[in-house]
Amino acid sequence: MKPWRQPGFWLPLLLVLVGGGVALVLRKDTLREMMFTLLMYVALASSLNILMGYTGYVNFGHIVFFGLGGYTGFYLISQHGWHLIPAALAGGLASALLAALLGLAVLRLRGAYFALATIGINEAARAFVNNFGPFGGPTGLFVNFAVYREYGGAPQALWLTYTLMVLTTLIVVGLSYWIKNSRFGLGLLAIREDEDAAMVMGVRAPTAKTLAYVVSAFFPGIIGTLFFFKNGNVEPEDAFRLQMSIEVLVMIMLGGNGTILGPVLGAAAYERLRGYLLTSPLFKSLHLAFAGLALLLIVLFIPAGLIGWLRRRFPFLRRWLE
Amino acid sequence: MILQVEQVSKRFGGLQALQDVSFTLPEGQILGLIGPNGAGKTTMFNVISGVYPPESGRVIFRGEDITARPPYEIARRGIARTHQVVRPLNELTVRQNVMVGACFGREGLSYTAAARIADEVLGRVGLAERADQLAGSLNVAQKKRLELARALASRPYLLLLDEVLAGLNPAEVASMLDLLRQIRDEGVTILMIEHVMQAVMNVSDYVIVLDYGKKIAEGTPQEVANDPRVIEAYLGDPKLAAGLLEGREEG
Amino acid sequence: MLAQILASLVDGILLGFVYGLAAMGLSLIWGVMRVINLSHGAIMALGMFGTYLLFTHLGLNPYLAILLMAPASLLFGFLVYGVAVHRIINAPYLSSLLATFAVNMMVIGIGTAVFTTSLYNVDFSLGTVRAGVLALPGTRLTAALAALLITAALYLFLYRTRPGKAIRAVANNRAAAELMSIPSAQVLALSFGIGTMLAALAGGLITTFFPFTILSGSGYQSKSFVICVLGGLGNPLGALLGGLILGAMEGLIPIALPVSWVPVVEFTLFVLILLIRPSGLLGART
Repeated sequence: MKPWRQPGFWLPLLLVLVGGGVALVLRKDTLREMMFTLLMYVALASSLNILMGYTGYVNFGHIVFFGLGGYTGFYLISQHGWHLIPAALAGGLASALLAALLGLAVLRLRGAYFALATIGINEAARAFVNNFGPFGGPTGLFVNFAVYREYGGAPQALWLTYTLMVLTTLIVVGLSYWIKNSRFGLGLLAIREDEDAAMVMGVRAPTAKTLAYVVSAFFPGIIGTLFFFKNGNVEPEDAFRLQMSIEVLVMIMLGGNGTILGPVLGAAAYERLRGYLLTSPLFKSLHLAFAGLALLLIVLFIPAGLIGWLRRRFPFLRRWLE
Repeated sequence: MILQVEQVSKRFGGLQALQDVSFTLPEGQILGLIGPNGAGKTTMFNVISGVYPPESGRVIFRGEDITARPPYEIARRGIARTHQVVRPLNELTVRQNVMVGACFGREGLSYTAAARIADEVLGRVGLAERADQLAGSLNVAQKKRLELARALASRPYLLLLDEVLAGLNPAEVASMLDLLRQIRDEGVTILMIEHVMQAVMNVSDYVIVLDYGKKIAEGTPQEVANDPRVIEAYLGDPKLAAGLLEGREEG
Repeated sequence: MLAQILASLVDGILLGFVYGLAAMGLSLIWGVMRVINLSHGAIMALGMFGTYLLFTHLGLNPYLAILLMAPASLLFGFLVYGVAVHRIINAPYLSSLLATFAVNMMVIGIGTAVFTTSLYNVDFSLGTVRAGVLALPGTRLTAALAALLITAALYLFLYRTRPGKAIRAVANNRAAAELMSIPSAQVLALSFGIGTMLAALAGGLITTFFPFTILSGSGYQSKSFVICVLGGLGNPLGALLGGLILGAMEGLIPIALPVSWVPVVEFTLFVLILLIRPSGLLGART
């Protein structure tokens, strides 16, 4: 399998590269901020897609990995003076570890019970961090502005964070393609279609699901660390926002669950729409209501999302729209 | 003996689905598993393939005790099965369906090797032109062939077929039976549940009969067909059975 | 010390009746149509604001206001069912989760625009009832009593009336019920409406002793999940029991741990029960 020959592979990556690269080339702060948020959601959506799109297990509390991993990474930076890159990796590993510990148990649940359990995990984590001294309790943690000097000043630090975000997004999108076209991914898709039949065919479902869960958890941990570092602080209310989790889910549904391009386009479209609504005086207070309406319409009429619908309607496009 | 089933019992709440069933399968043969509806045949398959454990008894495959092992371990050891009600992986293509069998079956092939094997097997069952179609778009007969292809792609030692001939017309039945004989000649042992009586009697080397969870007869197709207990099980009335037999002997 | 424990316990249990009432709506909808209503909290908030508006602008007694909320919330439930749920009733569970969540987003979105996220209060008091060493706020007692009465009414409805029996039939086996000419779409709409009604009524009762914001519903929704899982999803009586257990826990835990640990205990328990005994302590109905 030569992925670099397949348009389904390089099209999403090219979009991310160009979209992310423009800010780096033009060196404009406002563009960078906008693209950072956009790429953050693209990466979060792509990571969740690895579990939800491929195995069909819907993680409503995916944001817990963003929160816990982000807290861990930020804690290492602000309390122990770690550099951003190893701290972000540590954050990712912390989330992956949590997923590994929880995975085997919680993935035994099917359907809506699993979704509920993931909500419970997120709520429990937030309540726990709220009480956890080393993580600053309800007030959270913050970095001393002096920390940015280590990177050559605040602007340099922010550009570094942005570059890392672009890199992370490229990696997770590329990885999601690679997984989908691998033996491992085939097993996941079989689980999604009919888990019991898949097991009879030899798919080691418990192990495969847990591995998907762990991989999907790793990247939000990194992303969280980058995000909180950029903001300079982290609080329980920001880190474990269930609504953020569900918005990521909506992005995947909008673009197409289980596709590569879907989460990329879905996240970008939703983020742009949200940005527009928030800045427009007319829609500002109603952006949530509009988002809800959009979600309802998608669920009722095009549940396969944009890419899913296109693939069904125009089979010849399948090579291009993975 | 490739498979030994020893005193297997399985109950579901108040229903005793299998009671002390024992039989052995010699390697390289086609064996028929017959019996009226509800006799416990599919339950037997489910116990052998690890879908659920028996309450008591053992299943020994190629000398190894596989009782109550998870289904994926049993598949890796070389047992493949089809389902009575087909279970295609609907949103995957026909080729991908068969690749799952190839990747996770006995040989555990890589992605690319599995793709090659899948195309080969699809050719054998006559689904080659549909390889890129979504499995959910096939009709029932094609889905049955897909089930078989998936099972074959895993290169099993033992193939469990659950009513693979149901719903096929006589020509399709004949060509399927030819395929099964070919598979047997390649060294695969086949255990098939069937209701299409002529077919199973035609192709089987040996037959086992279940009724209400118990084994009531076994033997060559000829022996089983003349066994009054078997006839009684299907017709329900021992006098009628005796009468039919008498009628046959006289007429 | 013992007096304090007793007081906290009774306090918690009284609250637990109302929690149970709230969770009952969620449990009923799940039991009848296997839908987890993620707009449950938002509808509770609507019940809160409805009661507040009737109390503040029309000067109605809150309990009367709550009574008026009943038919309104029933109709609202029909609306939500018809628009968001009916079309996808047979689709995979993700669809109904997202559809009800979409309703949640719309209600909270519009609600935030109208009411902002400020704190509101229904300034109402019924004094305090003294029973030995206990001092029970009149509003809490009344709320608990109301919850009990509504539960009894629900049970009478489900077991003694035709529509109620139709609901239980559809919950048990929808296809078979349809074969017996039970109009399942209408029954489902009715069940959903009753579920939202219970949520709104519980919200209204809560306003009589707690202040609230448009976002308060989500906290009670989370508690409702925990309660439903405790008592068994689909078992309304189990929801009441689950509510009492949760209320008792909320009353007793702060004696040993700081109050902020209560959610940690609640949600850890929630996840544990899901893992160990998903059918809940009382077992699910179907």
